[in-house]
Amino acid sequence: MRTDASLSHSASPSPLSSPLHKPASNVIGYIHSVETCGTVDGPGIRYVLFLSGCPLRCLYCHNCDTWDRQAGEPKTVEDVMADIERYKNYFHFSGGGVTLSGGEPTVQTPFVKALFHQCRIEGIHTCLDTSGYCEIEKAEQFLPETDLVLLDIKHMDPRQHRRLTGVDNDKILAFAKYLSQQHTPVWIRHVIVPGYTDDTQSITELCAFLASLQNINRLTFLPYHTMGSVKRAELGISDPLVGVKPPEPTVMEAARAIATQFGLPVD
Amino acid sequence: MNFAQWNGFNGETWQKEINVRAFIQDNYTPYTGDERFLAGPTERTRQLWNRVLELVKQEREQGGVLDIDTETVSTITAHRPGYLHQEMERIVGLQTDGPLKRAIMPFGGIRMVRQSCEAYGRTLDPKVEEIFTSYRKTHNQGVMDVYTPEMRQARRHGLITGLPDAYGRGRIIGDYRRVPLYGVDGLIAVKKAELEMTCAAGMNDETIRLREELHEQILALKELVTMAEGYGFDLRRPAADSQEAIQWLYFAYLAAVKEQNGAAMSIGRISTFLDIYIERDLQRGLRTEAEIQELMDDFIIKLRLVRFLRTPEYNDLFSGDPTWVTESIGGMGVDGRTLVTKNSFRILHSLTNLGPAPEPNLTVLWSTRLPKAFKEYCTRLSIATSSIQYENDDLMRPYWGDDYGIACCVSAMRIGKQMQFFGARVNMAKALLYAINGGKDENSGDQVAPAFAPITADILEYSEVMERFEGLLDWLARLYMDTLNIIHYMHDKYAYERVAMALHDRDIFRTMACGMAGLSVVADSLSAIKHAKVRVIRDEKGLAVDYVVEGEYPAFGNDDQRVDEIANHIVKRFMNKLRRCQSYRNSVPTMSILTITSNVVYGKKTGSTPDGRKAGVPFAPGANPMYGRDRKGAIASMNSVAQLPYEHSQDGISYTFSIVPQALGSTPVDQVNNLSGLLDGYFQQGGHHINVNVLERETLMDAMDHPEKYPQLTIRVSGYAVNFIKLTREQQMDVIRRTFHERA
Repeated sequence: MRTDASLSHSASPSPLSSPLHKPASNVIGYIHSVETCGTVDGPGIRYVLFLSGCPLRCLYCHNCDTWDRQAGEPKTVEDVMADIERYKNYFHFSGGGVTLSGGEPTVQTPFVKALFHQCRIEGIHTCLDTSGYCEIEKAEQFLPETDLVLLDIKHMDPRQHRRLTGVDNDKILAFAKYLSQQHTPVWIRHVIVPGYTDDTQSITELCAFLASLQNINRLTFLPYHTMGSVKRAELGISDPLVGVKPPEPTVMEAARAIATQFGLPVD
Repeated sequence: MNFAQWNGFNGETWQKEINVRAFIQDNYTPYTGDERFLAGPTERTRQLWNRVLELVKQEREQGGVLDIDTETVSTITAHRPGYLHQEMERIVGLQTDGPLKRAIMPFGGIRMVRQSCEAYGRTLDPKVEEIFTSYRKTHNQGVMDVYTPEMRQARRHGLITGLPDAYGRGRIIGDYRRVPLYGVDGLIAVKKAELEMTCAAGMNDETIRLREELHEQILALKELVTMAEGYGFDLRRPAADSQEAIQWLYFAYLAAVKEQNGAAMSIGRISTFLDIYIERDLQRGLRTEAEIQELMDDFIIKLRLVRFLRTPEYNDLFSGDPTWVTESIGGMGVDGRTLVTKNSFRILHSLTNLGPAPEPNLTVLWSTRLPKAFKEYCTRLSIATSSIQYENDDLMRPYWGDDYGIACCVSAMRIGKQMQFFGARVNMAKALLYAINGGKDENSGDQVAPAFAPITADILEYSEVMERFEGLLDWLARLYMDTLNIIHYMHDKYAYERVAMALHDRDIFRTMACGMAGLSVVADSLSAIKHAKVRVIRDEKGLAVDYVVEGEYPAFGNDDQRVDEIANHIVKRFMNKLRRCQSYRNSVPTMSILTITSNVVYGKKTGSTPDGRKAGVPFAPGANPMYGRDRKGAIASMNSVAQLPYEHSQDGISYTFSIVPQALGSTPVDQVNNLSGLLDGYFQQGGHHINVNVLERETLMDAMDHPEKYPQLTIRVSGYAVNFIKLTREQQMDVIRRTFHERA
């Protein structure tokens, strides 16, 4: 397996770089797919790049085909930028931009940093859709180039978090606090899964934590959906949530009510 | 000219000559506010509309036609006045003496009239049949008399299709606004002067024809006066107020749809014109907003009642009983002011007051500089009703000025100054197969094009295919143009649009509106041949009947230059071949990339293609990418379409976009912002036209099984809107299969 370092073929970019000199343009990213009409992953119309590779194994993941980085197609920042520029009109008129999603995009930190850097030069809004499972040292690399973070906190309870995702949540919570210290705008997205995250206590703990942060601009509760099961079946991956149904509207309403009590900007 | 009815209007140019544009420019009030001024339906409007819904239900239950007047040959004055409910109506006038009763219009062709009557269980009056068989030649007869054997072959095999050789060609927009502004007497005086001006011209074919046409136009205007008198109105003078302006304008349009069953009978660009009369009434305190909306709603009800008698075969091509009463709304003036007025909102508001409907075909001329509130209002309505199409005003204005309208789906023309000879389309996918098969039809094996050596290699080679294709297209362009020349010669001769042409200038710009279907099939086929391996499967006679694609190829609809350039090239090449041909009445050849719903029928008639599409599978509609091949999302797909050259396709490039609401954004505010941004982006990118459907796939599935639950469910299909439940089952399935952009 390659390491992140081996993916980066260029020296770290100079902060004084001019538009004429495009550093890091040959950094390679492993790309699963592109959605040119993203409208739910950040403001406006967005070019959403799904990067390959993810350290989490969420039970309800509906993008299992992005877990393995090797499955992605390697592309340089320069190539990706050339494609992105074809969509600038749409970003301009809708207040949109580029979103890096996955997979877990921070696995490819050099690519995130280099691509966002180029986007900034072109005046394109940058947004990172992450689980937050990312070391602070990595975050220091790309955050200065990031306009908005979409953060998906799966669970506040470490044990429950491990059960749901296969990993601990300490790194994620540290990342969230760091974002707050850095004043990076954050939209929180949280999936309500019956039997896992739909109980009052879990939601209350999450909201209490979010209320302690200074940078939460938007909170959205997403109902668990079963679209992932189809994809899992196609990929031959067993579905641990078989039989779990999407939450009732009343459950979603209750979650929103709790968030409102905490003064959170919930959808 | 000077009339008391003009008191309060500004400007002089339009008073000295017929110049509706100058009248609009001198008098209209741009509106940049939002929709909060709008009024809901009155109780009267509700009652009247419910009556229509009841009639439409009966019409549907009787198999699509409520009633036919099988005896009266339709002319402007042939039928007695008809009413929906005389006491309740604010705007009056029907095509026949009763609502939804269809008229017979045999000047286009008697056979189609007879077949239509039979298809709906009626019998055409034998006297009418005798007259139009023995004594009065029709357009259709004229065409059939002179078609060459080659033309018949190409037509029968579906290489050249949808031709207006058995019915009215339509796509001619009379400047119906001239009637309220000048009154018919004023128009007749101008026409008489025009006729007088031809006296010294030297009597050649051209002048003699012009004199006869002008004479017919004057007669038609007189008949228009007579028709209106029957309803108790004096159209000889200009309209005095908003109600009269709407009524006069509608009578002018009504005369046109009494006289012609044109494939598309569009109304032009009327809402901002009418706003001038409305504003004057509002300032004079003569009307309230609710009363004005009531007039507009009543007018819209009339436009929704327009019907033509057509055969079931026609319905296969152009499904859902369309009439294309296209109204072009908004846009920007060349002076930078927006042409959006309050009445642009009112006409769209009928979708809310009366519920969604396919007609009139509401077409917003979009500019990135349109007022923000209007953009948001339109997109909100689109999300709620899927009843609006959008066309790029910033792209068309440099070509057609700021007083053009859309005929049918995507055909722009200067109102009253320009017309087109509607030419339907050629099946480009079939043409490609002919290129491979030495001019033989892939289904019948008949030699349709002149024989040349077929390709015999097992693997198709790009340069060889392109060379044959070029030669085949040279032949096709000439044959196609000659066919159209015959059709329009005969149409002018036997089924001339007297009243619509009376509402034009004497000297008009004519285009020969050619078209193509199957562009994405051809582009993908050539891309597959170039970038992958395409193996040919031949039958025992050596005819290529199927293709196996080995490997991947870039498909149209992914903003990928490797294939988009091929599509672009095909459009330009074919257009240039058409430009080389001699066209009737010195018309300027143009082209559209548009199928309407005929993509299903064309696909059915076309064998397997080298892109991997199997025989009989529908084409994508208009300029759309093939279903499921656009893998990078909606906007990559739009970019592929937007890069097609309008310069070489000036009759329009149609794109249909269907999306589920959630994929436009997670909140209603996001959805409106994103759809508005999407339209701005697409048009800034150079896109020409877009149909917007915002629907759940499940809704359509349910409507297939329970049509009675969805009497007004409207969807946009390649340049027009249809009542979903009026589509054939095959077409319904096609719509549902079509790429729904739903990733969210």
